[in-house]
Amino acid sequence: MIPLTWYLVLSAVLFCIGLYGVLARRNAIAILMGAELMLNSANINLAAFERYVAAGSVAGQVFVIFNIAVAAAEAAVGLALILAIYRSRDTVSVEEVDLLKG
Amino acid sequence: MLPTLSVLNLNGAVPQIAVAGAGMLIMLIDALFHRGSRRWAAYLALLGLAVALARVVESGASAETILDGALARDGLGMAFALVLIVAAALSVLVAMDYLRREEHERAEYYALILFATAGGLAMAMANDLVAVFIGLETLSISLYVLSAFFTGDAASREAALKYLLLGAFASAFFLYGIALLYGASGTTRLVEMGTAIRLAGTQADPLLWGGVALIIVGVGFKLALVPFHSWAPDVYQGAPTSVTAFMSVASKVAAFAALVRLLVVVLAPAAPLTSALLALLAVLTMTVGNILALAQDEVKRLLAYSSIAQAGYILVAAVAGEVGAAAVLFYLLGYAFTNLGAFAVVLAWSRRGEGRLPFSDLAGLGFRRPWTAAALSLFLLSLTGMPLTVGFVGKLYLFGAAVQAGWTWLAIVAVLNSVVSAFYYLRLVVIMYMREAEMPLALQRAGLALGVALAVCAAGVILLGLVPGVALDWARQAVAVVLS
Repeated sequence: MIPLTWYLVLSAVLFCIGLYGVLARRNAIAILMGAELMLNSANINLAAFERYVAAGSVAGQVFVIFNIAVAAAEAAVGLALILAIYRSRDTVSVEEVDLLKG
Repeated sequence: MLPTLSVLNLNGAVPQIAVAGAGMLIMLIDALFHRGSRRWAAYLALLGLAVALARVVESGASAETILDGALARDGLGMAFALVLIVAAALSVLVAMDYLRREEHERAEYYALILFATAGGLAMAMANDLVAVFIGLETLSISLYVLSAFFTGDAASREAALKYLLLGAFASAFFLYGIALLYGASGTTRLVEMGTAIRLAGTQADPLLWGGVALIIVGVGFKLALVPFHSWAPDVYQGAPTSVTAFMSVASKVAAFAALVRLLVVVLAPAAPLTSALLALLAVLTMTVGNILALAQDEVKRLLAYSSIAQAGYILVAAVAGEVGAAAVLFYLLGYAFTNLGAFAVVLAWSRRGEGRLPFSDLAGLGFRRPWTAAALSLFLLSLTGMPLTVGFVGKLYLFGAAVQAGWTWLAIVAVLNSVVSAFYYLRLVVIMYMREAEMPLALQRAGLALGVALAVCAAGVILLGLVPGVALDWARQAVAVVLS
C-alpha cells in the first residue's frame, strides 16, 4: 500500500504550486486558479487522513464534498467579478486594476 | 446509519433556519413578483432576524449539541450569535435609505446580508471544523458579492475582486490547517479534538503545530490582523458604505467567536505557544493600525485602519484565553454599536454616488447637523476609550483580562496605543466643531430608518458605558457555559 507520507508530500507540493501561482502571477484568473489549487491540496490531505488516521469515520470524505461545493461557489463569484472588470477596463491584470491604491 | 430527527435536534437550529429562510424567501418573492419599492424585503429581513433573536434570547444556559453534533447550543455560541444578529438588524436599518438614495435598491441586498449572518451564526455556534469552514465561506462569499453591489461603480467592483482573491487565498490556508489538525487528532469535532490533543500531549507534533499556525494565518486574514491586513483599507473604502459597516462588525464577531472557541475548547493544552503567537500579532496589529491611521485624510479609510487597530485590542484579551473570553464578548457588543454608528454617520453625510468623505467635508457640520455630529462625536470618543462610553469599560476589561493572565506588558502596549489613537479620533471632532467649511456639503435628508439605527447605536454606547454591570454579568455567565 502507498504510505501516507506520499499523499502528504503530493498535497504539500500542490499547495506550494498554488501559493506560487497566487504570489507570482498578475492575471486575476491565474491567481484564482492558484487559490483553487491550494484548496484542492487540502482536500487530498483530508481524504488521505480519513483513510489512514481516522479509518471508519466518513467526516473527512464528507468534508471534501463540502469543500468542492464551496470552491465552486467561490470560483463562480470570482469569475463573474473578473468578467465585470474585464468588460469595463479591458484587462484582467491585477496591476492595472488600481483605483484604490493608498 | 442515518441520524434520526431527534439527533438532528432541528429545534436548536431555529436561529440559522429563520435567518437563512428569510433570505431565501426574499429571493423567491422578488423573482416572482418584482415591481415597485423593495422596502418589504428589508422588513422581511428584520422579521427573520427578530425570530432568530427571540430564539437566541429565550434559550437558557444549557450546553447541548444540534445537527448531530455539528453545532453547539451553549452560552458562548448563543451570546456571540446575539451580538451578530443585533449587528445585522442595525445594518439592515442603516442600508434602507442609503440604497434608495444611491439607486441600488434591490432585494438581493437584504438576502445577502441574511446569508452572511447565517454563515456567521454557524461559525459562532460551530462544534465542528467543517461547520466553522462552511460558515466562514458562507459569510465571506456573501460579503464578496455585497462588496460589488454597486455594479456601476468601478471602485466597488475592484474592492470586491481584491477581497475575493485574498479571501480565497486565506481560506486555503485555513482549510489546509484544518486538514492538518484532522490528521493530528483523527476527528473534526472540536470537543473530541480537544480531548485527543490533551491526551496526546503537545510536544513536537508537526501536524498539530503546522495546523495551528495555518489556522491562525487564515483567521488573521479574516480579522485583518497585521501582517495580513493589506486588503482591508482598500476593500473598506471601495465597498458601499453600508456594506463596510456590516462587514467591519459581522466578520469580526464571527471570526472572534470561532477563535475564542478554538482557544478554549481545542487549544487550551497548547496555550503557552498560541498565546505568545497571538500576543505578537496583537502588538503588530495595534501599532501598525494606529500609525497608519494617523496619516489618513478620508473618514472611511481612517475607520478602516481604526478597525484594524480595534481588532488588535480585542486580540489582547483573546491572548488571555478562557479568562479573556467575557471581555472579548462585551467589547464586541460595544464595538458593534460604536462602529456601525460611526459608519452610519459617514453614509448619511457622504455625497451621492460617492463613498468618500474627506476630512474637509466635515468642517462646520458640528453646527449644521448638531444631532448627527453629536452622535459621531460620541462614537469617536467611545472608539478612543473615553470614560462614560462603552469603549472605556470595554477596554478596561480587555486589558484587565490580559493583566490577570500575566500579560502586563501587553496591556501597557495596548494602553499606549489607545493614547496614540486619541489623536486621530479627536481630530475629527475638532474639525467638525472648530473649522469653518470652505465649500459647504450639500447634505441629504437622513431617513427615518437611519435615524432609528443611529439612536439605537448611541443609546447602546451610552447605556453600556454608564451601567455596564448587567451586560458584563451576562457576558461572564454566557462564556462560562461552553460545550467541552
